[in-house]
Amino acid sequence: MANTSRGTGGLAFDPKKRSLPSELNIFIALILIVLIFEALGQILPYMNNQSFLFDTRDRFDSIFNEARLRIIILQVSIIGIIALGVTQVIISGGIDLSSGPLVGATAMIAMSFAQTELVNGNPNPKAVFGEWAFDLPVLIPVVVGLAFGAFIGSVNGMLIAFTRIPPFIATLGMFLICRGIAQAWTRGKPVSFPTDSFAFIGKGMMPVAWFIGLAFILHFIMRYTVYGKHTYAIGSNEDAARMSGINVERHKVMVYMIASMLAAFAAIILSSKNLTAQSGMGIFYELYAIAMAVIGGVSLTGGRGSIIGTVLGAMVFGVIQSGFTYIKLDAFFQLMAMGTIIISAVVLDKVRQERATKRS
Amino acid sequence: MSDIILETKGLTKHYGGVHALEDANFTLRDGEHVAIMGDNGAGKSTFVRQITGVEQRTSGTIIFGGKEVNFKGPIQAREAGIETVFQTLALADHLDVPDNIFLGREITKWNWLGPFRRLDYKAMRDETLAALEKTAVKIPNINNVIQNMSGGQRQCVAIARTASFHSRLTIMDEPTAALGVQETEQVENIIRNLKKAGEPLILVSHNMRQVFDLVDRIVVFRRGRICANLDIKKDKITGEDVVGYITGAKTGDEYMETAL
Ligand SMILES: Nc1ncnc2c1ncn2[C@@H]1O[C@H](COP(=O)(O)OP(=O)(O)OP(=O)(O)O)[C@@H](O)[C@H]1O
Ligand SMILES: [Mg+2]
Repeated sequence: MANTSRGTGGLAFDPKKRSLPSELNIFIALILIVLIFEALGQILPYMNNQSFLFDTRDRFDSIFNEARLRIIILQVSIIGIIALGVTQVIISGGIDLSSGPLVGATAMIAMSFAQTELVNGNPNPKAVFGEWAFDLPVLIPVVVGLAFGAFIGSVNGMLIAFTRIPPFIATLGMFLICRGIAQAWTRGKPVSFPTDSFAFIGKGMMPVAWFIGLAFILHFIMRYTVYGKHTYAIGSNEDAARMSGINVERHKVMVYMIASMLAAFAAIILSSKNLTAQSGMGIFYELYAIAMAVIGGVSLTGGRGSIIGTVLGAMVFGVIQSGFTYIKLDAFFQLMAMGTIIISAVVLDKVRQERATKRS
Repeated sequence: MSDIILETKGLTKHYGGVHALEDANFTLRDGEHVAIMGDNGAGKSTFVRQITGVEQRTSGTIIFGGKEVNFKGPIQAREAGIETVFQTLALADHLDVPDNIFLGREITKWNWLGPFRRLDYKAMRDETLAALEKTAVKIPNINNVIQNMSGGQRQCVAIARTASFHSRLTIMDEPTAALGVQETEQVENIIRNLKKAGEPLILVSHNMRQVFDLVDRIVVFRRGRICANLDIKKDKITGEDVVGYITGAKTGDEYMETAL
């Protein structure tokens, strides 16, 4: 279709030569990283020619190393849900450091309302509340968890929107508060033994289904709705957004609220999957979620990025993490390498950004 | 008088110790086109920001459409019918042309979804093209982000934004500052069309020729105060006179005691 209806003033524009979406770069990076690990599997002497993602054993029913793929996708999914929320926060020009501890706190609180009375015929040894809190309908722990997330998120948002303190400081404070809440809830004791219906939320590959479903919804919201457009506008030029009639303060509260509700939902899935909640859950999750977004091309200066990018960034993150384990890199080296990768992603983004402004 | 659309009385704005605007008494009749002139830093944009609610004034009253108004923000001014091209343009760099033109008043579908109602991209693109035809600006691809556009193109987008919506008062703060000859002419045509339609305008401009071509009256600002109110259609006034007022060589009779 020859589309001439995009320009004015008779200047030539060839829609076929439209620049490729920037997400393509991340996808190519993903493939390259897989190939690098495959190559390392062949080169490194101690690897015995194992394959990273492909099935090398003499079985014909499968091309891929399904076990490893499943682990990667599962690992990515739960933190990925947090990354979806943090993506819109970063696009709006902010940051959310409180999501990791929020996972710990929400898991503790939600699980307390999801406990079952009898464990193998014996009374639940981890009971937090009395009789009344046993075997409640699954909706109650879910709603309590999400409400807690919404509350924390709206506090974040209101602090940032109305007191104008930097998002970094507001959410760093909330980081500590949430970790404190998580530990105070049961004085550090784990909460365990949920009802069957609660355990179903994160059973098997359910986290992946949630991640994919939520990614679709968030993608639609960011791309096709007024909410999404205003989020980009605020991150791009807050004053312009305000002058255009956007209620910037109210919008920011919504952005942080949605981010925290997604983190809270990730906590529900995680505690359901593990059948237990511990106050230390979610350590580093806020950083990993930010890393996924940044690797996925979400600009820390706001206004740029996409949910598709973050989903790809999450996959890159998962593949790298799994790849490090696969080549038997020690945990401390893994941390260092991960840090390097995150810094590189930001530097790359900055270089790209600067090149773009130089052109105009 | 009922045909006065905008009136300010003793409008004053101090930024800490900076007296950017001092005791401005200004009236605008419906359908009238007035230019505001003055040196850099004379307080022209400050005046615009107080009227449009971008900032809160230090003191004074603003009467718009016969009623005293206290706009808490530019949203309220726009809802009351004041469309403004700000000197800073107020565009979102990472959004494309239709997004910017419709920012804050998007055409939407599925409105029952509240804040998550769906954007009608096609309708906005069509209306954008129609609005841009009016300014005759050359933009090869309106779906390109604003960041990649030239200064003049950006300015035309900001002007097309105000021209696309009906308003009771249009304010333009140096709308042609970055424009080429042709584009300037087009913007001037937009202004002439406003005049024909009977819509009032406040035009901040440094361009003497343009001002004499377009408007009925010139109000000169100097160091935060109004120092002249010149009816260029009635009285014999030359560009040199205006320069005199701007530089301070002359002061209007009625402003003698206050102006410096
Ligand atoms: N936010 C602010 N804080 C402090 N001073 C300010 C602020 N905004 C404007 N000023 C000062 O107020 C005075 C008037 O500024 P204003 O922007 O109104 O000038 P102007 O007449 O529009 O000039 P120009 O022709 O350059 O656009 C200037 O001295 C300026 O430095
Ligand atoms: Mg100015």
